[in-house]
Amino acid sequence: MKRELGAAWALLLLAALLTVATRLGGGGQFLAVGNLTNILSQVCVTAVLAAGASFVIVGGGIDLSVGSVLAVSAALSAGALKAEWPVPVACAVGLLAGAAFGAANGVLVAWLNLPPFIATLGMMGIARGCTYVYLGGAPLFSFPAGFRVLAEGHLLGIPAPLVVMAVVFGCGHVLLSRTRFGRSVYALGGNEEAARLSGIAVRRLKGTLYVLGGAAAGLAGILLAARLDSAEPQAGDGYELDAIAAVVMGGASLSGGEGTIGGSLVGALIMGVVRNGLNLLNVSSYWQKVAIGSIILVAVLLDVGRRRRNS
Amino acid sequence: MAREARPLLEMKAITKRFPGVLALDRVDLSVARGEVHLLLGENGAGKSTLMKILSGACPMDAGEIRLEGRPIQIRSPSHARTLGISMIYQELNLVPNLTVADNIFLGREPSRAGFVLRRRMEDDAKRLLRRMHADVRPDALARDLPVAQQQLVEICRALSLDAKVIVMDEPTSPLTGRETAVLFRLIRSLKASGVAVIYITHRLEEARAVGDTVTVLRDGRRVGSAPARSVSNDRLVRMMVGRTLAQVFPRLARPRPGAILEVNGLAREGVLGPVSFRVAPGEILGVAGLIGSGRTELARALIGADRRTGGAISIGGRPVRIASPRDARRAGLCLLPEDRKAQGLVLGLPVLHNVSLASLDRLSRLGFLRLRAERREVQGLVDRLRVRTPTLEQLARNLSGGNQQKVVLARWLAVEPRVLVFDEPTRGIDVGARFEVYKLVAMLARQGVGIVLISSDLGEVLGLSHRVAVMRGGRMTAVLPRRSATPERVMRHAMGLAAG
Repeated sequence: MKRELGAAWALLLLAALLTVATRLGGGGQFLAVGNLTNILSQVCVTAVLAAGASFVIVGGGIDLSVGSVLAVSAALSAGALKAEWPVPVACAVGLLAGAAFGAANGVLVAWLNLPPFIATLGMMGIARGCTYVYLGGAPLFSFPAGFRVLAEGHLLGIPAPLVVMAVVFGCGHVLLSRTRFGRSVYALGGNEEAARLSGIAVRRLKGTLYVLGGAAAGLAGILLAARLDSAEPQAGDGYELDAIAAVVMGGASLSGGEGTIGGSLVGALIMGVVRNGLNLLNVSSYWQKVAIGSIILVAVLLDVGRRRRNS
Repeated sequence: MAREARPLLEMKAITKRFPGVLALDRVDLSVARGEVHLLLGENGAGKSTLMKILSGACPMDAGEIRLEGRPIQIRSPSHARTLGISMIYQELNLVPNLTVADNIFLGREPSRAGFVLRRRMEDDAKRLLRRMHADVRPDALARDLPVAQQQLVEICRALSLDAKVIVMDEPTSPLTGRETAVLFRLIRSLKASGVAVIYITHRLEEARAVGDTVTVLRDGRRVGSAPARSVSNDRLVRMMVGRTLAQVFPRLARPRPGAILEVNGLAREGVLGPVSFRVAPGEILGVAGLIGSGRTELARALIGADRRTGGAISIGGRPVRIASPRDARRAGLCLLPEDRKAQGLVLGLPVLHNVSLASLDRLSRLGFLRLRAERREVQGLVDRLRVRTPTLEQLARNLSGGNQQKVVLARWLAVEPRVLVFDEPTRGIDVGARFEVYKLVAMLARQGVGIVLISSDLGEVLGLSHRVAVMRGGRMTAVLPRRSATPERVMRHAMGLAAG
């Protein structure tokens, strides 16, 4: 719990710094309603991926395929839209495709005992390849308004992507902290053998984690396609690392058994805030990569230091 | 042996505070050259902390350490080793894929211009091994050695560093009787060459065979020291817990008629069986046998943790199909595994979550946890078993061994088992906590639970069972009623010498 608070403090500190810096800079202001909603809309794709990744990582696994699964889901949804299928059906296609790739990961890891790193690395290539094959290398674009509503619409004045993100994190939080399932996930990540001997159906549980991660990637793909009004073969390239970084910054341990959904949200927000702030300060995108990489390292170093003091 | 007036190692008024606990309260320890000093105490008494301070794994808050009269500041484990203090941990620290010689000289390989001088390293290793009368090849891979020989390699590593003080943490716990004898011979030769050995143990008789002095710690304080050979067991146990040995085993109630567990032809190709036996409600069936006789395999096959190749199990007269630990739990058949840290606990989770882990089905509605009911129930069990923990939020990692074992037991009591299998329930647990575990086992039996008690401690099996089954080579070679089960008879069956 304390570690998530640490991440939240870091987020506030960053926000305060950027407020001052952009004011002195005199260009676009960080602390403006328009900018803040902008950040949240930009962050929602990574955040949804991170929510799914939280389950996998707390359960002691890792999923490198989510960026590619995002792309294949977006492409399939886009294909369905282009074939003039109803919008809800097209969305369901993307979600199910994500879940199906996740299920494939789950089978490889839980039943065929492949290390998750390898299994999902393979799946990363397969999903990306499928996207290129399906799209023939060219993007699909111009979707019906009923689909773009997911990016541009509002509910009670709140932008639709934020609503989706809020629902995902609300449900994710309850699922991980308040249910039998969530409790078993912590036990699995903390000590698989103890979980198994305690009568937890370890394989099924592990498989479910990857299905959740895949479905989250599918949803993220739909959100991204709606925002860009386009499904591209290289969509989501590298997003898996952003998602993992967000989860780790939010206090999860890559060895499993630790972490919370709320922490992952804060982690994703930190990444979004930094990116946005650097844009406002006109830092080149090349240097932004350096900055974000450094922030991830600092976050993890601080965490390692805290752990050492505690033990 | 002539002792110098000045001790080799002096630890004075060592104090260490952890959040909420005074782990060591002005503890003194003084060890002479060539002395084997036994360190005794319940888990949580402070032995490990004291030795961690000595070996540089943990800093002290106050106190002074002198080696050969000079005050020393120990900065890290590697610094301790260069000062001449080596620690041999229970979990051995060899690199499995390297050779014996590599392991002995790890990080200090004799080399010229950056190239390792293999020949010289192996010769040096051979010399050390010979000094220990060890029949180990320096080019053997560490992972191919039995535990006893791995331990030997660790001792050689300490010697190669010119260790003046070697600390051994429960060195005999993974060893067989013969290997223990070898270790003791080794300790005697260390002693003869002037090395001081600090020896942490729970096994009094054994340790007395090599020890010169015993120091007892309790609750972070030094209770006292005594000469190892002349002090009585009773006095030592009193120093440790304030209780005498006669009280150790509780009275058992008579088992009820019938069978709560019936096993027929349980087998696992190549390692187990076929094994058939029955346990009555309220009966404790002790299972004795040497290491490797198939006792743990029996336990794991029973609850479906390992695949089995044959066998039928009935519980309460009804046949049950057990293909996984989950099936076993549903049938009311539960196992306390032998290694509580690796198989029992989730060390990074709080006591609360560890205890409720096996009863989440019952403690949730439509998948949602009933958090208040969970807390109430876990608190009840923690009180009933007298688990010593400041709060239910305490991480399992931070409890002492005995309390950890109680947490695993509480987890199973929460599912109201019909049959409980205990595999080495008191391994690495101090005398006081042992007594509590025995009382709990007897109490469960009184309530009608069927109990299978596997233990390497023969006294425990004989003292706490209605019947004693003996295993050898994966089979049950005898089942003796308590009255006729003498240690000698059980051992003869275990070793395959018996004709009745």
